[in-house]
Amino acid sequence: MAKVLQKANSFYDIYERKSGMNKDITHYCPGCGHGVLHKLIAEAIDDFDIRDRTILISPVGCSVFAYYYFRVGNIQAAHGRAPAVATGIKRAMPHSIVISYQGDGDLAAIGGNNIMQAANRGEKITVFFVNNAIYGMTGGQMAPTTIVGQKTTTSPYGRKPENEGYPVRMCELISTLEAPLYVERVALGDPRHTNKVRRAVRRGLKNQIENKGFSFVEVLSVCPSGWKMTSEQAKDWLQEEMVKYFPLGVYKDESSKVETTEAKPHVFTIDNINENLSIPTRESASDKVEKKPQQQYRNPKLIIAGFGGQGVLMLGLGLAQAGMEAGYQVSWIPSYGPEMRGGTANCHVNLSTERIGSPTVSQPSLLIAMNAPSLDKFEKQVVKNGMILYNTSLIDKKPERSDIESVGIPATEIADELGNTRVANMVVLGAYIGLTGILDKKTLFQALPKFIKRNAMIPLNEKAIERGIEFVQK
Amino acid sequence: MAKQLIKGNEAVVKGAILAGCRFFFGYPITPASEIAEAAAFYMPRVGGTFLQAESEVASINMVYGAASGGVRVMTASSSPGISLKLEGISYCAGSELPMVLVDIMRGGPGLGNIAPAQADYNQIVKGGGHGNYKMPVLAPNSAQEMCDLTMQAFELADQYLNPAVVLADGFIGQMMEPVEFPRAVEKIPDKDWAIHTDLKDESRLISSIDLEPEMLEKHNLKLQKKYREIEANHVQYEDYKIDDAKIILIGYGVVSRVLYSAVDSLRQDGIKAGLIRPVSLWPFPKQHIADLALKSDAFLVVELSNGQMVDDVRLAINGVRPVHFYNRMGGMIPSPEEICQQVKKL
Repeated sequence: MAKVLQKANSFYDIYERKSGMNKDITHYCPGCGHGVLHKLIAEAIDDFDIRDRTILISPVGCSVFAYYYFRVGNIQAAHGRAPAVATGIKRAMPHSIVISYQGDGDLAAIGGNNIMQAANRGEKITVFFVNNAIYGMTGGQMAPTTIVGQKTTTSPYGRKPENEGYPVRMCELISTLEAPLYVERVALGDPRHTNKVRRAVRRGLKNQIENKGFSFVEVLSVCPSGWKMTSEQAKDWLQEEMVKYFPLGVYKDESSKVETTEAKPHVFTIDNINENLSIPTRESASDKVEKKPQQQYRNPKLIIAGFGGQGVLMLGLGLAQAGMEAGYQVSWIPSYGPEMRGGTANCHVNLSTERIGSPTVSQPSLLIAMNAPSLDKFEKQVVKNGMILYNTSLIDKKPERSDIESVGIPATEIADELGNTRVANMVVLGAYIGLTGILDKKTLFQALPKFIKRNAMIPLNEKAIERGIEFVQK
Repeated sequence: MAKQLIKGNEAVVKGAILAGCRFFFGYPITPASEIAEAAAFYMPRVGGTFLQAESEVASINMVYGAASGGVRVMTASSSPGISLKLEGISYCAGSELPMVLVDIMRGGPGLGNIAPAQADYNQIVKGGGHGNYKMPVLAPNSAQEMCDLTMQAFELADQYLNPAVVLADGFIGQMMEPVEFPRAVEKIPDKDWAIHTDLKDESRLISSIDLEPEMLEKHNLKLQKKYREIEANHVQYEDYKIDDAKIILIGYGVVSRVLYSAVDSLRQDGIKAGLIRPVSLWPFPKQHIADLALKSDAFLVVELSNGQMVDDVRLAINGVRPVHFYNRMGGMIPSPEEICQQVKKL
């Protein structure tokens, strides 16, 4: 019996963090429910012997200073975000016991989505939700749980459903979700009710100790200061008015259906890290560029353009990948976003023996145009003495410029002959290396598996490249 | 180690994991989504955790929670998403929690568009969140630096118990370039301040609240002292053809790449141009710029914004030389030719 009369060990002996003189009493108002609930939680932490691994999240609200009192790991969270903070620390330390202690404004208003989502993920945390139907800390404003007709400083004529809507019933909402393990609403008050609160607190914590799932305990509580009542009046009002709207009881309890397991701490390891990150460890790139294309084809700046779906991004990627493996400096940049979903697509590619400055190409030395709009759009940007490769299967005119070299390739027709219209891009790539000698076929073939995900497609792509080379060398 | 052709955004994640980060809390947004996607793919393979939060606000608070436990943790987003995270970032700074934030900037204001921009300079470098805080801000201009500077951000964050930022534009995030990945960090620093569960220490608390003005001022003074130390030790920049330069171009991120080309082209035309590229936007290389001011004739600052970094350049130069400004906005990017024209007009 002596134990009951002692202050819980999970409270500090002296509240050193509390400002002011009286460091042996809490900052809560006389008659407030927080003190009782704190005591029930602290005693449960003692009895379960989990103090060393308990982490309590203090919210914004009257319990913002819960860390003054609990001799556990403490984290103070931004308004409404305690469930997100709890998620972060619980994921980082799965073996800890994380308590999200929140008031009604914090949990049901600003943090409404955070609590629903944490519940829906089934975070293995314990939430104690103190519902006193008012914002106490800031001086008695309306809460999402303020009941209809209740007067507060921001509902001075009483809460009106047509203006502020109805009070939010969190247990009812949360218990509709699949993941939560245990949802119960209890009320502080006479010893019989308080005993039920004690049991619910312990059940909520035990579920976490047994690594079972998300527990949510809503505690209806009194706020004599905010309600502008005596403690006795407040107790009566809770039982008579609040309980009517917020029925007590167990809303969900699956704890007997879930097996007890042990939560393992996170272990940091770098075993097989390069393999797991798909980082190549074998040197495949050659240091020197051996190919020496003719002067006008060196250090090309490319714009490659066509319809979305013509594989223009992959054409550029293949060139950059093989270029890198041949020892060039390379860059590849796509036009990104909605353009990629149908419509036109283009990418800019640089291959250079020098350091690459601007990765974007404003004046291409080479334009690859897979369709007519691309030729129209980019032809005028090509530098003098530059080159245009264009897909004659889909472009029925010649480039107008006479100061450039232009080469037409029936890429789509060749691809169709090979049985897959989608390899037209590789036909053009073959034509490009065949014409300029910027890369040799072997290097390009070696690079294919790096940018073509389906191995079965590689022989067909090789054939398309070969047909492109043959076409321009004929 | 062999080179890998990889997007800047993916290089961020591989760099982070090599730096010992095993926790990523994100929310999708173009053009930063590949970071979340790569984290979702790789984190489970290295014993880490990826969680897609319900919002940017939730994700930064998850980062705050995980950082409280002493693990290396990060999040990434793009401009509007960063606006939502700022409250949480301020909490991390106030609570002295190390974490890494990556911002792949896009056009604004408002929903703007998804094209590259540099309009978050003020938001990130000047502390867009509330309170007196600073964060080291690193600005990569290549996929390689997306990896390297992300790794460095984790070191700075842990060294100074402070959030650190990698600030890149959509181009640097979306571009693919060869990256040579460094070796993995084998052990992350011990964090005796963290909320460990196996300690006897009874003072474990992560918080940024202090109701006593005297105490909060003291905390602020401590933070300011830390910031001065970072300023003294972590200025980073790159000079390009600066030795005899008379006209000095200044730009960061993808702009600096355009400026390399512009400098080369201007020099071919006989104009002695050079480039200073701030790599750390905070601390800003103000002394270096001031030192070079007297040797040069004029400066041209180029930004993909309405003129944000240019204010820091003007403060550094303090009126001793003219500071000109050229910008594009809304996702537009200047060509090297455009820059050369501007220089020739000076």
